[in-house]
Amino acid sequence: MRTRASGRTVGGLRTLSLQAPAVSLLLMWMLVPLVMTLWFSFQRYNLMMPSVSGFAGVDNYYYLLTDPSLWTAMGNTLLLVGWVLVATVVGGTLLAVLLQQEFFGRGVARLFVIAPFFIMPTVSALVWKNMMMHPVNGILAWVAGLFGLPAIDWFASLPLTSIVIIVTWQWLPFAVLILLTAIQSLDDDQVEAARMDGAGPVAIFFYITLPHLKRAISVVVMIEMIFLLTIFAEIFVTTSGGPGLASTNLAYLIYIRALLDFDVGGASAGGVIAIILANIVAFFLVRTVAKNLEN
Amino acid sequence: MSTLTLKNIVKEFTSGSGASASTTQVIKGVDLEVKDQEFVVFVGPSGCGKSTLMRMIAGLENATSGDILIDGKRMNDIGPAERGLAMVFQSYALYPHMTVGENMGFSLKLAGVSKEERAEKVNAAAEVLQLGPLLDRKPKALSGGQRQRVAIGRAIVRNPSIFLFDEPLSNLDAALRVQMRIELARLHAELKATMIYVTHDQVEAMTMADKIVVLQGGVVEQVGSPMELYHHPRNRFVAGFIGSPKMNFLDITVTGVAGEGVTVRLPDGSERLIPVVSQTEDGASVIVGDSLTLGVRPEHLMLDAQGPFSGQVQVIERLGGVTSLYLATPDGSGDAPIGGLKSDEQSDSGWILMADGDVNSRVGDSIRYGFDTERAHLFTREGLALQNLNRHPLTSLTRQDNSLSSASAAQEARA
Ligand SMILES: Nc1ncnc2c1ncn2[C@@H]1O[C@H](COP(=O)(O)OP(=O)(O)OP(=O)(O)O)[C@@H](O)[C@H]1O
Ligand SMILES: [Mg+2]
Repeated sequence: MRTRASGRTVGGLRTLSLQAPAVSLLLMWMLVPLVMTLWFSFQRYNLMMPSVSGFAGVDNYYYLLTDPSLWTAMGNTLLLVGWVLVATVVGGTLLAVLLQQEFFGRGVARLFVIAPFFIMPTVSALVWKNMMMHPVNGILAWVAGLFGLPAIDWFASLPLTSIVIIVTWQWLPFAVLILLTAIQSLDDDQVEAARMDGAGPVAIFFYITLPHLKRAISVVVMIEMIFLLTIFAEIFVTTSGGPGLASTNLAYLIYIRALLDFDVGGASAGGVIAIILANIVAFFLVRTVAKNLEN
Repeated sequence: MSTLTLKNIVKEFTSGSGASASTTQVIKGVDLEVKDQEFVVFVGPSGCGKSTLMRMIAGLENATSGDILIDGKRMNDIGPAERGLAMVFQSYALYPHMTVGENMGFSLKLAGVSKEERAEKVNAAAEVLQLGPLLDRKPKALSGGQRQRVAIGRAIVRNPSIFLFDEPLSNLDAALRVQMRIELARLHAELKATMIYVTHDQVEAMTMADKIVVLQGGVVEQVGSPMELYHHPRNRFVAGFIGSPKMNFLDITVTGVAGEGVTVRLPDGSERLIPVVSQTEDGASVIVGDSLTLGVRPEHLMLDAQGPFSGQVQVIERLGGVTSLYLATPDGSGDAPIGGLKSDEQSDSGWILMADGDVNSRVGDSIRYGFDTERAHLFTREGLALQNLNRHPLTSLTRQDNSLSSASAAQEARA
């Protein structure tokens, strides 16, 4: 029996029994789907061919890894995550600096910038599809018309770019929110000291504001990355991954495999690969972010 | 050469917007003349506008009206960096992500000075402040005193014509404060720079200043050398503000006005001649029967069996060398200012007597005491002082006269 004075009774029978409900719930929640996915990924399991079943070995993985569509989807995933991150961090920083200034109607402006965050992905994708980017009815087409330019059929000619724009629009408020809070914690005296040292607005931004925001930016990158790796609704509603595979990311590819091709085994193999990919990203990311947060 | 002149500076802050906007005047017409190489200290109660005034000099805040002249040039519309001033903030305001060296060289970097020259100047400043071994550290890894030195170093590197300090030592502990105070005085002599300094600390103000500016509610109450403010306060506010513990006040009536002074009647019925003029500076004359306020500093009261005042000792504070006796006001109108520091609300209640460290009075003792009439002050109802007939001989003393180097120079000159 460990003493109380040591402050640790971890592992004692009593504490274990108290932790048990929470732990078993978590296990069920996380482990069961994971194990099932792993299990299916080694099975011949196609809903269209119920008679073909049994252990498949690494066949599912072999077909998947040799399938060019996997690599296309991975490339698209990285492009999507990368561009949205760049756009939200750069745009978010600039907007946060802007919204920090005193101007008439600042409160309302802040509210408008934050608002897209509260709209669910499906709805915002629909709005963009039918009201903004529609080649006939869309506002963008109308604006292009004002300048005498031909309307762009966004989802046909620039599918991935369109998705990036929509997702950026959704995630920009998050970046602004975090970065604005961070900017507000910047010491006024520091800015004034810099002004006395001869720094103009641009120098203050690069030498004072940006270094101050470093932590907040890494937090934004980390959180957004986790969510952006699994973007689905926006693609589903707008391009359905097309044309061809031009806007298919990993999550959407798995969906295609499992529910359009009914190949549960192949889809599960894709899922496992996605898990591995996410873990690799998370490993590097968490490490750099943790290092960043430390100092 | 760097002088500063303020001409009728006014500062108004506007709060709210549109129709509901309201303006508050924070600085209400300040005139000030700062000479080359002078060390000027701003003192005043919290919220009187010291920082605001300093920020206007620095260019961080615009004056609503009035002129700010540096070396005779009007600076109102010139940015903070181009005024050639450097400011040391109370919070240090070091750049946390830069090393000490980068912090100090930041202004030079922005000015496009080459790397070698920058390093040279930073090293020179680090030498003066003994910061050499710390140049590669980040501010986070420094103690409070070291940070303060870096902040001062950052100012020195810019080689400013005027240094501005806003309560630079208030975050340091007492011992460090004394050390930095001496260091700043040394720096002032070494750099031969003009310095303006805001402080709450009496000792800092009295020991460092060539000239003290007492502010209250955005108005300059008095400007003068420390000894002048101590011995010849212009009004009751300055008299109460300068000196610690605070001056004791008592309401009395005038029984005689003559060339050699004003005679007043004390609570015990006796009369004393105070050697002051009978006219205030705005020309009002005192006549027999007027009620005035007598002001006596605690250090000018003394135990005296024949003295005109009597009272019961309510609290005793023994500091070894001196002993403070807390007493009720002699006319019985107020209790002892318990807590040592008299706050503003109870500034007139109770008296303090500073006696020798060896007095053996006890709490509850009834004592009689008197005061030095030569050093007593009289104030009119409006708070204006009746100036002493004899100027105190030390009032024109400057701070340089107190330091060794000038003393030896004076001796040499005599020899
Ligand atoms: N930006 C501002 N807007 C409105 N009022 C202000 C502003 N800055 C200062 N004030 C007011 O101006 C007055 C003077 O402020 P200031 O900071 O100069 O006081 P201070 O003498 O430095 O006080 P302390 O000794 O406490 O530092 C205060 O009453 C303060 O409330
Ligand atoms: Mg202040």
